[in-house]
Amino acid sequence: MNFSVGLSTYLLVGAMLFCLGLYGLFAKKNVVAILMSIELMLNAVNLNFVAFNRFLATDRLIGNVAALFVIVLAAAEVAVGLALVIAIYRSRQTTNVDEFNWLKW
Amino acid sequence: MFTQMHSLYESAWVIPALPFLSFLLIAFVTKRSKGLSAAISILAILTSLALAIAIVLGVVGSGAEIVEHPAVVNVNWLDIQGLTINFGTLVDPLSTMMLFVVTLVASMVQIYSVGYMHGDRGWSRYFAYQSLFAMSMLGLVISTNLLELFVFWELVGLCSYLLIGFWYHKVSAREAAKKAFITTRVGDFGLLLGILFLYGQFGTLDFAQLAQAMNANLQGLVLAGGVSYITLTTFLLFTGPIGKSGQFPLHVWLPDAMEGPTPVSALIHAATMVVAGVYLVGRMYFMFQHAAPSALEFVAGIGALTAIFAASIAIAQDDIKRILAYSTLSQLGYMMFALGVGALTASMFHLMTHAFFKALMFLGAGSVIHALHEKQNIWDMGGLWKKMPITGWTFFIGVLAISGIPPFAGFWSKDEILAAALHNGHPIIYAVGLFTAFLTAFYMSRLFFVAFMGPEKKENHPHESPYWMTVPLIVLAFFSVVGGLVALPTHNFAFFVRDYVNLNGVVALKEFEPEGLAWGLAGISVLAGLLGIGLAYMTYVRQAIQAEAVVAKFPGVYKLLKNKYYIDEIYLWLIHHIMDGLAKVLYWFDIYIVDGIINGLALITRGSARGLRRMHTGQMQTYALVFFFAVVVIYLVYTLGEGQFAALNPLAMLGGVK
Repeated sequence: MNFSVGLSTYLLVGAMLFCLGLYGLFAKKNVVAILMSIELMLNAVNLNFVAFNRFLATDRLIGNVAALFVIVLAAAEVAVGLALVIAIYRSRQTTNVDEFNWLKW
Repeated sequence: MFTQMHSLYESAWVIPALPFLSFLLIAFVTKRSKGLSAAISILAILTSLALAIAIVLGVVGSGAEIVEHPAVVNVNWLDIQGLTINFGTLVDPLSTMMLFVVTLVASMVQIYSVGYMHGDRGWSRYFAYQSLFAMSMLGLVISTNLLELFVFWELVGLCSYLLIGFWYHKVSAREAAKKAFITTRVGDFGLLLGILFLYGQFGTLDFAQLAQAMNANLQGLVLAGGVSYITLTTFLLFTGPIGKSGQFPLHVWLPDAMEGPTPVSALIHAATMVVAGVYLVGRMYFMFQHAAPSALEFVAGIGALTAIFAASIAIAQDDIKRILAYSTLSQLGYMMFALGVGALTASMFHLMTHAFFKALMFLGAGSVIHALHEKQNIWDMGGLWKKMPITGWTFFIGVLAISGIPPFAGFWSKDEILAAALHNGHPIIYAVGLFTAFLTAFYMSRLFFVAFMGPEKKENHPHESPYWMTVPLIVLAFFSVVGGLVALPTHNFAFFVRDYVNLNGVVALKEFEPEGLAWGLAGISVLAGLLGIGLAYMTYVRQAIQAEAVVAKFPGVYKLLKNKYYIDEIYLWLIHHIMDGLAKVLYWFDIYIVDGIINGLALITRGSARGLRRMHTGQMQTYALVFFFAVVVIYLVYTLGEGQFAALNPLAMLGGVK
């Protein structure tokens, strides 16, 4: 059976991953889980980049390069994010974002 | 001759500078030494007097030359874009006459004060103020422009305030000082407005330049209601003299100013400062002539009203200084209406003679008060004639002079005024002036007969005053006798002052013949004076007419006069009811309307902020959610919306990607 996997399939998977990440970002209370959700969204974007490159611009590598950039950026972001989390945890003994509320009125 | 004199005129600034130097010296150096303070002050003013006399001789000698070319020296004081103000000195017959009068009276008063203020704790302060006043007044009369004049005008007001309140431990003196200052400030406000109006129109405040500008046609400038700009300005300028020279509605401060030491009353509130208003009108006379006729008519009306009004009050007063104060008001009214009927010369002439005899009488009154240990009621005096011969005789000369008995000074000037009033077509004003002359003679001789002739009082032990006080009296009495004689030859001050106005070319005044005293008119006014003196003699010496009986016949009139027409009470009522009432309304408005708006704005801001700040939960997930939905909404609006929103589609802007 000739079962071909087209561009729209990849985009669909990417959109699903992105929505999962978005949901996690809004719903999770643990700050580490939120960072993971952000990773998920970034990877959904990466998937889109790679898929576009594969199907629309096979002779060039711009999508792949963009995906690489995003991976680097995500690594840096997680490093900073986790450092912040540790710093907050040290002073507040919590990782629950609902308690990160000392910026309110 | 003239060029030689000119260098003298150019150093006219020394005349006010010397008293100022003396003020500084006394205030900062010699304050502790009484003798030195008085010596410096008197020396300075006598030197000024000598210089003034030199200038007088020069001006009289130089004839018409000085009239055509007044000696003006200007030093630039302020020069910014569109505003140039000079400070300078102006020597012309008018200012020369004032210089002489002011320095003479001031030096006599200062010498007199050595005797009068003997043993006073504020001795040095007194002489410092006297010097400051002399400086201000002399500066005022030689000013070259209105702003300079205004500066000195306020300075003499300040000195007046300081000297009225000299005995500041007396409540009445403090109150009188404040009253004088505030009342004259009312007029000064109008004056300042007038100066600003003038500057706005002509761009200069210099007297000579203003006079020239007036010659250009100005009647075209008409404000609403047919009142020309220049007439309005003239009325505003005239409010200054109304305040300073105690004309009718603002006269209330002058009688109260008698709380000051008597020599101060003689100098400031009789001879010099109060005539500053008359001098200002004389100096700005070209403007009054260019304004509508109503301006000069107004001046004449106010003057005549003040003259008769104050004279009638003086009849019923018992305080020796207050009688003299009301007499001063009345004579100032005389000068004003003289200006109003076009007799500038006669007005200035009367200013000079009045300065002599009124200063003389005030100093005489001071001598009496000094001898009787601060008694001021004339009914407590009596029989002073024999005990104080010099004071008595000099006072008698003063009474004759003010009553217009020839050949004393007052006769010549008063007669010129009355003749001018009749000749220039103001018969009512003439009648008022004549009646005032009668009243003046009556109340002055009443004062004289009661205080000097009446029966001696046992409790009084009067003695003649020391030479410090009697010598100035004699000098002033001398001028009260001969002061009027300058009117006789053709080359005299009065003549020059008149010519000054003529040659500066504005409107020719009606000619009068200097030698042509209208003898018939003179006879009538002398008769009025003699009638007044005779009536007083019959009433208070012979007692052929019972004063009490007359009072009993007209109790209402007497009460009205005794209480000075209730003007003070009317002012008080106005202040208590109208002004305080208005103030209450405005206070309410301020508290509830103005503050209400401000506080209301603040309350609205605070209330809305209290509601809005709930949106800042501090929950970053909430923020993220809001952010996300906002992005969704914006995206939907731009992609799906029509018209204006679609046109703003950022994707479309970036090159039409759909």
